[in-house]
Amino acid sequence: MAESLKRRGAIVRAPENFLSGDQIAAVGAGRRDFLRQAMIAAAAVGAGAAMPARAAEASAGDPDILNLPPWSTTLGKPVASTPYGSPSKFETNLVRRESPGLTRVGASSVSFAPLQGLFGIITPSGLHFERHHQGWQDVDPARHRLMINGLVGTPKVYTMDDLMRLPSVSRIHFIECGANSGMEWGNVAVPTVQYTHGMLSCSEFTGVPLSVLLEDCGYERSDGHYVLAEGADGSSMTRTIPIDNALDDVIVAYGQNGEMLRPENGYPLRLVVPGVQGVSWVKWLRRIEIGDQPYGTKDESLHYVDLMPDGTHRQYSSIQEAKSVITTPSGGQQLVGQGYYTVTGLAWSGRGAIRRVDVSADGGRNWRRAKLETPVLSKALTRFNIDWEWDGAPAILQSRAIDDTGYVQPTMPQLRAVRGSKSIYHNNAIQSWAVAPSGEVSNVQVG
Amino acid sequence: MSRLVKRGALAIGLAAAAVSPLLGAPNLGRPATPAEIAAWDIDVRPDFKGLPAGSGSVMQGQDIWEAQCESCHGTFGESNEWFTPLAGGTTAADQKTGHVKSLAGPDVPQRTTLMKLSTVSTLFDYIRRAMPWTAPKSLSDDEVYAVTAYVLYLNDVVDDAFVLDQDTIREVQGRLPNRNGMSRKHGLWLASGKPDTANKACMRNCGDEANVTSSLPDYARDAHGNLADQNRTFGPVRGVQTVAPAPATDAATASSPAASALLLAQDNGCTGCHGVDEQILGPSFREVAKRYEGKPESIGKLTRTILQGGSGNWGEMPMPAQDHLDDAQADALAQWILDGAQ
Repeated sequence: MAESLKRRGAIVRAPENFLSGDQIAAVGAGRRDFLRQAMIAAAAVGAGAAMPARAAEASAGDPDILNLPPWSTTLGKPVASTPYGSPSKFETNLVRRESPGLTRVGASSVSFAPLQGLFGIITPSGLHFERHHQGWQDVDPARHRLMINGLVGTPKVYTMDDLMRLPSVSRIHFIECGANSGMEWGNVAVPTVQYTHGMLSCSEFTGVPLSVLLEDCGYERSDGHYVLAEGADGSSMTRTIPIDNALDDVIVAYGQNGEMLRPENGYPLRLVVPGVQGVSWVKWLRRIEIGDQPYGTKDESLHYVDLMPDGTHRQYSSIQEAKSVITTPSGGQQLVGQGYYTVTGLAWSGRGAIRRVDVSADGGRNWRRAKLETPVLSKALTRFNIDWEWDGAPAILQSRAIDDTGYVQPTMPQLRAVRGSKSIYHNNAIQSWAVAPSGEVSNVQVG
Repeated sequence: MSRLVKRGALAIGLAAAAVSPLLGAPNLGRPATPAEIAAWDIDVRPDFKGLPAGSGSVMQGQDIWEAQCESCHGTFGESNEWFTPLAGGTTAADQKTGHVKSLAGPDVPQRTTLMKLSTVSTLFDYIRRAMPWTAPKSLSDDEVYAVTAYVLYLNDVVDDAFVLDQDTIREVQGRLPNRNGMSRKHGLWLASGKPDTANKACMRNCGDEANVTSSLPDYARDAHGNLADQNRTFGPVRGVQTVAPAPATDAATASSPAASALLLAQDNGCTGCHGVDEQILGPSFREVAKRYEGKPESIGKLTRTILQGGSGNWGEMPMPAQDHLDDAQADALAQWILDGAQ
C-alpha cells in the first residue's frame, strides 16, 4: 500500500506547489513549523470566496474563475431526463413573436422568427415563422391522404406509408412570406429585424419530388399547364403553380431538419416550392389537381396581389427576388462598446444562388465585399460576415445581395419608383440600420 | 427459372436500385374512386369549371348572413373589427369599366374584398371551402349560392330580388367592379421572369450622402414591448431597454387562475367581441357578471351559452357557438366572467 502511494507522485508532492525550495529543505530538515504556516497561507487564498468580488478581482482574478460554479462541483442530470430536448433556460428571449396590432385574430395571423439571434442558415424548427389562415391543426398521419386528380391518366390516392416508401430527396431551401417586410413599404413601421424580416426561415426538407408523383399518375403533357395545391385544414388553402415550376424542384415534403414537419409547419405533409413565396408552400397538403388554366383562388386574387400605382393588381406574383439583411447589429440592439465587431446577416434569392453580398457602413456611399459562409446553395439562405471596427461615430449599416442571374437587390427608392408604396407584397429593398454614438441601433430608411 | 438466373436477376435489381431512383412505375398508391374525388375536389375556377348545381337568393342569403356571418363581418359586410371589410368602396362607374378607379394613385382607401374581386368564382369557392370561420365546409351548395348572392347585393352588384345559380353567376361576372383590374404582365410569376428594377453594384462614392427619410417615432419605441427581453443578455449586443422593468408582482399575477382565464379568452377569440369593461360586438364581461350577480346557479347557463352560442339576451347580435372549447375550458371562462373578469 505504502509503495503504491509513493508511486503516485502527484499526491505526495502536492505541498511542494506552495513551498519554496528553502521551505522544502527546511521541512526535510525537520522544521515542521514552516509547513504549518505555509498551509495557513494557502487556505487564506482559497477563502477568496468570502471576499468582495471586486477585491478578489483586484487581488487574484475573476470570481467566475476563482470560485468554481455549481456546474463544476455537482453531479449533472442523467441522459434522457428531457426525452425531447429543449433550449437552455437562459435562451427564453429568442422566441417567435407577433407584431402587435398587425392582425386581430390569432388563428389568422403571423408570428415572426427571431432572426436577430440566429446563427448559420438553418432555422430551428421551433422558431420557424408561422402564418396560418384558419388556425393550425395537428393532423393524424394515419388518417392523412394525398389525392392527385384532374388532367391525369389515373387519379390516385396516397397514404403516408406510400409517400414515405417513394424515392426521396433532402434539400435546404428558404421560405419567405410574400408579405415579409410588407409593413415597411411606406415608411419605417417596426423596430427590429424580427418584425421587418422575420417571416423568413430555412430548413432541410425531405420528401418526394412532385415530378415523381405527377409521372406516377400520368399527367397530361399537352394540356396540363398548371397545378393546384390544396390543404386539409379548415381553410383548405389553395394556390396555382405553373407545371414547369412543379416539375422542376417542387417537393411533397414530410421531413424538416431531420425530423417530421412540425404541426405549425404542415405536419405530416406540405408542399415545398423553392424560390416561391410561402403561401404556395401549402401545409397539411391533401390534394394536387392538374389543370389547363390557373385557378384564381382567394389567396391569388384577393390577397397576395400587388397593387401598382396605376390601380391594377399584379396577380400570381410569386417569386421572391434577391434580398439580404444584416441580423447583427440590427434594429433594437445596443453595441456593448467600441472596437471590433463581425457584421453578420442573411442573403437569399428565389431565382438561384447568392453570388455576392456587399456591406456599407455609410448608408450606401461606399461598399465592401462580405465573406459568404458555406454552404452557398440555390434558393437557400446564405450567411455572410464582414469585419467592422466601430469608432463610436454614427453609422448606417446596409447589405446588398447579388444573385447568380446578376440581379442586384434594389434600394427602397428604386422599388417605390416602379411599384409605389401600396403593394404590401414582395418588398426586397436594401435594409438600413442606423448606429447612434450611444451604440443603439435603429431601423431607418434612407433616400 | 434456374437458381443461377434468379440470383443474377436479384443482383441486377440491387445494382439498378442503387443508381437509379425508379425502375419503372413504383406501383404505390391506388386509384381514387369517383366518390372520393367528388368529396374533395371542391374548387371552382374562374371559367366556372367545378361549379356545383344549385341556387340561392339574396333574401335566403340574408338569413344565413345574420345567423352565421354577421358576427364577424358586420351587418353590411363593413366590419373592420376582425377581418378587412368585404363590401363598399366601388361606384356604378366602376361596374361599367370593370376597373375600380379609387385604386389608382397615392391615396388608396382601405381596400374591401369587392374592390379587388376580379372573378366571382373566387368568392363562391372561398365561402364554400372555408366559411363560416369556426365551421368551414358546413354550408350546403344552395347556401353558398345564397351567401355569395348576399355579399354581391351588399356591394350593389345585384338587387334584392336576385337569385344566383349556375347560369346567372355568368352574368354577374360581367358586372364585377374590378373584373378588369388584374395584370399578369410582370416578372414575378416565373423564375425566368424579367425583374422590374435594375440596381447597379457601385462600390465607391456612390450617389449623395445618405439622408434619413424615415425612422420610428419616439412614441412607438415600446410598441413591440421591451426589446431588451427579445435579445440575448450576452454576446456582442444587448436589446435596447424600451420599457421600464416590470414590478416583481407581475410574475405572481401571470400564473394566477384569473390570468390564465384571460389568456384562454384571448386565445379563443372571445376578446374580439367582448371587452373586459367595454362592449364591442357583444356585452363586456363585467356587464355579464353584473347581470348574474348573486346567482351562482347561472354558471351552467353561461357555460352552455359559451359552448352552444345564443341570441336575444343582449340585443340582436347572435353569439356563435364556441364548440372548439372543451367543457372544462368553458366552465373556467364562465367562472372567471361571473367572478368579475378580474
